[in-house]
Amino acid sequence: MHSAKGQESWGYESSDDSKGGWILHLTGRMDAANAASMLRNLGPLLQSKAPNSLTVDLAEVTYVDDFGVLVLIQLRHMITAQSGSFSLIHVTDGVREILSLLHFDDLTEKIPLAGKQVPNIFIRLGDATLGHINDFRYLTSFTGSVFLALLYVCRHPRSLRSEDTVLAMQKTGVDALPIVGLISFLLGLIIAFMSSVQLRQFGADIYVASLVGLAMTRELGPIMTAIIVAGRSGSAFAAEIGTMRISEEIDALFTMGFDPTRFLAIPKIVASIVVVPLLTLFSDFFAILGGLVVGVLMLDLTANAYMAQTFLTLTPFDVFLGVMKSGVFAFLISWIGCFRGFRVRGGAAGVGEATTSAVVSSIFLISLTDSVFSVILRYWG
Amino acid sequence: MDRQPIIQVRDLIARYEEETILEGVSFDVFEGEIFIILGGSGCGKSTLLKHLIGLIRPYSGRILIDGEDISAADSRGYQKLLRRIGILYQSGALFGSMTVAENVALPIMEYTDLSSDLVSALVRMKLNLVQLEGYEDYLPSEISGGMKKRAGLARAMALNPKILFFDEPSAGLDPVTSAGLDRLILHLNKSLGTTMVIVTHELQSILTVGQRVIMLDKGTKGIIAEGNPSHLRETSRNPLVWRFFNRRPEESAIPA
Repeated sequence: MHSAKGQESWGYESSDDSKGGWILHLTGRMDAANAASMLRNLGPLLQSKAPNSLTVDLAEVTYVDDFGVLVLIQLRHMITAQSGSFSLIHVTDGVREILSLLHFDDLTEKIPLAGKQVPNIFIRLGDATLGHINDFRYLTSFTGSVFLALLYVCRHPRSLRSEDTVLAMQKTGVDALPIVGLISFLLGLIIAFMSSVQLRQFGADIYVASLVGLAMTRELGPIMTAIIVAGRSGSAFAAEIGTMRISEEIDALFTMGFDPTRFLAIPKIVASIVVVPLLTLFSDFFAILGGLVVGVLMLDLTANAYMAQTFLTLTPFDVFLGVMKSGVFAFLISWIGCFRGFRVRGGAAGVGEATTSAVVSSIFLISLTDSVFSVILRYWG
Repeated sequence: MDRQPIIQVRDLIARYEEETILEGVSFDVFEGEIFIILGGSGCGKSTLLKHLIGLIRPYSGRILIDGEDISAADSRGYQKLLRRIGILYQSGALFGSMTVAENVALPIMEYTDLSSDLVSALVRMKLNLVQLEGYEDYLPSEISGGMKKRAGLARAMALNPKILFFDEPSAGLDPVTSAGLDRLILHLNKSLGTTMVIVTHELQSILTVGQRVIMLDKGTKGIIAEGNPSHLRETSRNPLVWRFFNRRPEESAIPA
């Protein structure tokens, strides 16, 4: 019997010995490319033949690596399972070397599989609980250190890393202006358009201006801006600090005597608190502009009338409320972004997770805080 | 045994932008030998290695790996070539989201038809070989630098490539682990006949495993010495080579 496929291939011839044993003369390469086909061909053959011993002749084999050894181990396993005996003949020095390197003679048992064990539900529950407790403890201490650092910066304003802060202001604020402007403009346009359809039935076109102005300055302006900032900058904070964490830069900062919170987090937090309210004002402005466009082009209002109605509706308190809320959102976004960054463990995947959870947590906190504001204002204002 | 050159480099010029790193480098690596590229910091060792594995295309010159021109290969040819080489990166470059065993199993799963049982048996054998038995389910972030390097080696030789490239294999390892790695390299070279190309400046390793070395120099941007390392240490008259092999500082350095 013979099989040959291609040039860098393998083959075999077999013969029976006098005592009911089977001798397998292998030829060619026993390597990664051939191991699978060797096992596919020889396995069933050996099983159907069921000899009382198997002798593998390696005289014609040109190359054996650990894939080849695996084939030999499998063959030996199969013959011993049929209570036959296994032997190798014509083993060259090179092959003997690789066999001893891989402890071929000691591996009489089938190699135990490295199965991944899934821990039971209690272990996982406990693990998750401990994880959350740890997270919470770290969050508490991080929050504490942020407030301490902020306090320190208030008392020693020159300790603020001004260059980093200005850079963070540019990245978080100035660079976000085009997208915030565009989205707010479109949002104003949409609100005006949608409401005009309803209000027109009552001849209340002019109240489109009130609706757009009020909705944007009090609620949507701050929220839209905050969500954009969370997506643009909160994620960036987490990724930057997280990458610094896994490349030991944060350890380096710490051992050089810097407080990582004050060095990395405070410039970002201060910058966000300064620029996000400004972005919100721009957002309000562009949204009202969007409403104005609809008012003038579709509702036949004059620009003057539209603006007069807007100013009539909006009180300074509405604008102030929106700006104040956005300041709070800014703190939350930068705080959670930095926190997720500092918490990164592991490698690249950890940075990815931190970035995702920074954005998700930010959006959650923004909605939650906004609801709290609404409830307070409902009973207070 | 008549030795065939498996890597041929001819008149290689390497440049980053305007800066020339290597100027007209030519050498051969023969099948089955342990070949070491050495030199001081900034001499272009790593640049040369990146050229050899095709990560950077040469500015000019030819690099033949196993008879194929890596600088002229199209992407399919390059892919085929990559199957024949394995690379151990300086810090292991294990994928952080996979366990050690999954890292090693990845190329085996992808490029062979073995069943997953057999693959995991092979992975165990390979991890045994680099003395990482019992660490199958650890993530790279949970093991030490030396272990990462050994796991990286297990992954590099997952498919038993014809040529293994090592980027500073002993950097950051303790002497015992480093000596163990040297012995492993010798064993693999002897039993599998794998050609090894090692970039290093670890003197002890060079003398232990190196069969032939080339030494690069920053000043001449090329090879200043070639030959057997022990022989070079004894006989070289080039002051740069002599200083390297005898661990002497440059004259301008701090006086003794």
